[in-house]
Amino acid sequence: GVLHTSVVLLTEMCERSPDMLAHFRKVGLVPQLVRILKNLIMSGYSPEHDVSGISDPFLQVRILRLLRILGRNDDDSSEAMNDILAQVATNTETSKNVGNAILYETVLTIMDIKSESGLRVLAINILGRFLLNNDKNIRYVALTSLLKTVQTDHNAVQRHRSTIVDCLKDLDVSIKRRAMELSFALVNGNNVRGMMKELLYFLDSCEPEFKADCASGIFLAAEKYAPSKRWHIDTIMRVLTTAGSYVRDDAVPNLIQLITNSVEMHAYTVQRLYKAILGDYSQQPLVQVASWCIGEYGDLLVSGQCEEEEPIQVTEDEVLDILESVLISNMSASVTRGYALTAIMKLSTRFTCTVNRIKKVVSIYGSSIDVELQQRAVEYNALFKKYDHMRPALLERMPVMEKITTNGPTEIVQTNGETEPAVLETKPPPSGLQPASQANDLLDLLGGSDITPVIPTAPTSKPASAGGELLDLLGDLNLTGSPVSAPAPQIAQPPFLLDGLSSQPLFNDIAAGIPSITAYNKNGLKIDFTFERSNTNPSVTVITIQASNSTELDMTDFVFQAAVPKTFQLQLLSPSSSVIPAFNSGTITQVIKVLNPQKQQLRMRIKLTYNHKGSAMQDLAEVNNFPPQSWQ
Amino acid sequence: MQFMLLFSRQGKLRLQKWYVPLSDKEKKKITRELVQTVLTRKPKMCSFLEWRDLKIVYKRLYASLYFCCAIEDQDNELITLEIIHRYVELLDKYFGSVCELDIIFNFEKAYFILDEFLLGGEVQETSKKNVLKAIEQADLLQE
Repeated sequence: GVLHTSVVLLTEMCERSPDMLAHFRKVGLVPQLVRILKNLIMSGYSPEHDVSGISDPFLQVRILRLLRILGRNDDDSSEAMNDILAQVATNTETSKNVGNAILYETVLTIMDIKSESGLRVLAINILGRFLLNNDKNIRYVALTSLLKTVQTDHNAVQRHRSTIVDCLKDLDVSIKRRAMELSFALVNGNNVRGMMKELLYFLDSCEPEFKADCASGIFLAAEKYAPSKRWHIDTIMRVLTTAGSYVRDDAVPNLIQLITNSVEMHAYTVQRLYKAILGDYSQQPLVQVASWCIGEYGDLLVSGQCEEEEPIQVTEDEVLDILESVLISNMSASVTRGYALTAIMKLSTRFTCTVNRIKKVVSIYGSSIDVELQQRAVEYNALFKKYDHMRPALLERMPVMEKITTNGPTEIVQTNGETEPAVLETKPPPSGLQPASQANDLLDLLGGSDITPVIPTAPTSKPASAGGELLDLLGDLNLTGSPVSAPAPQIAQPPFLLDGLSSQPLFNDIAAGIPSITAYNKNGLKIDFTFERSNTNPSVTVITIQASNSTELDMTDFVFQAAVPKTFQLQLLSPSSSVIPAFNSGTITQVIKVLNPQKQQLRMRIKLTYNHKGSAMQDLAEVNNFPPQSWQ
Repeated sequence: MQFMLLFSRQGKLRLQKWYVPLSDKEKKKITRELVQTVLTRKPKMCSFLEWRDLKIVYKRLYASLYFCCAIEDQDNELITLEIIHRYVELLDKYFGSVCELDIIFNFEKAYFILDEFLLGGEVQETSKKNVLKAIEQADLLQE
């Protein structure tokens, strides 16, 4: 008894104060504890302390816990404990709950301290055995601990994947929840198809409180590991149809973005979506995505060209029928109606014979009670009457939106020997950068499109943090003309589309007089930077470099590479040529687009490689003399 | 451990021991909620559940009595089951094949035994013999 209470006291002390921890480690508590534990296990049978053949489990568990705290982050203590832990793990019999309790504590301890890998494998095997146990409690405990360890020992846990998936079908709510979380953690490229099937089946049958989580989890996993676009779209469709009403609101813009990305699948997607809502248009997210797609790709639907599936014959009237019924139906939320109305409007340019009908529908809603709907209808009406010439241009297809998550700031690959691990955010990492590979086409979007058609606001809950700048970018885009509160997750379009057109000058590349600089001038090679800023998006700076050669021989195979600090994003377009003729008789031009949402001082490191006078030359330089107008 | 409750299948509270300071109103509220949650669980279900950032371990005994403990995050659930089991054994040894009626009529003894066994939410004395000896001595004093 005394021993037990003293161990408890020690545990509390060590938990509260790290000094005590250090003190006890020094004092050599660990070997003492190890000895006590050994005695406990080896020594004879003490009837008063034991529980069904295991001597004093309470004390054992307590000691193990204290060992865990002592061993955390400390290599020496961990080593001392390794043996005893292994012994306990192998000798304790598991037929009774007591033994399992001790094993559980042992496993937790092994996971926490810096144990050797053999011991870890042992621990995971024990957990695996637990999983197969019939007793629910044990299984629950095993699932919980596996969840904790899946980060570190991924492979080992994979082995037990099938058991975990079986647990999904268990009746018990807690077990199901644990199993679901664990399954999401285990999904990877290899097993994604099988796991998805199981998870979709689970989605069908689980309780409502799980459905939202499960749906989001499935989306995330599908996004990361989708083996093919078609499979991805199929999975999404399945989720939408089974758990449609539980899907989170922000998933809709994500899906839409996904669909625009898979260009070749448009016909197939729109066909499937159309079929889906033909039957039942009560699930809001499904209807929203479907109406958006029908609006965009309605012409593909009607023309009946679909490679992946049997093309269905749909007439324009039928499409309009379905969209109208969505509008009229009582089940549709006001947002859904907004989507539907816009879709009908877009179809006015895509369809040829039903324009009058569309006009009629739009004018009906000009007097609708819902303000949002009314506003849209009135504007679209005006579009028909006064700006009919602009209608096609306005409602043309949306450009492809790049995925926001995976393209972080263009990370630099450390190719040459120069180290200097770029830890600080503002320090530009050294060495070259593959030009324009990560292709932030979003910048192209800015540069290319004159008119901003319907753009959903960026999904606000995308997990990757690195995409933060791009989110700002999209928010900026929407702000052309009028302040729309950026994070509104559901608004699919700025209501002031027409205002945006008339009041704002179209995308203006020329900014007044930013002085150009000479970035580099050495060995006869001179590189000048000229700057342009756009009015519509102040975070983008377009730099045109001109490289000229004042020596007597040409420079060939000229490659220009640039790197910027992490807070910027860079896009390098292709150069005009790779030969700089001698005597300044010609130049190479290349365009660089720099995205600088945080308006930090622009700095750049450039690497030049070229052949000159028969030898390969290479140089690194830093450009710091950017004029303030180029980045402020 | 934060608290321990004993209640019958009809929801009547037989024993309660709180190791955290809470107002009376809160205790009643927690008790009510917990009793409801546990009673709705089917017999085949797992003995652990999560409730309000605590872990609840419960055991169903004698077909009509529920032993319920609330533990913190770091505590070992399986060992808590053992604690419950040990407590029942102590009661058994003392009363001689205990049943619910014994606890109802001699609840103060039940509390004494619990106090000898657990202190401040942690196990105080792991040896059954010692606990029972202490109780016997106390009984002698009473007489």
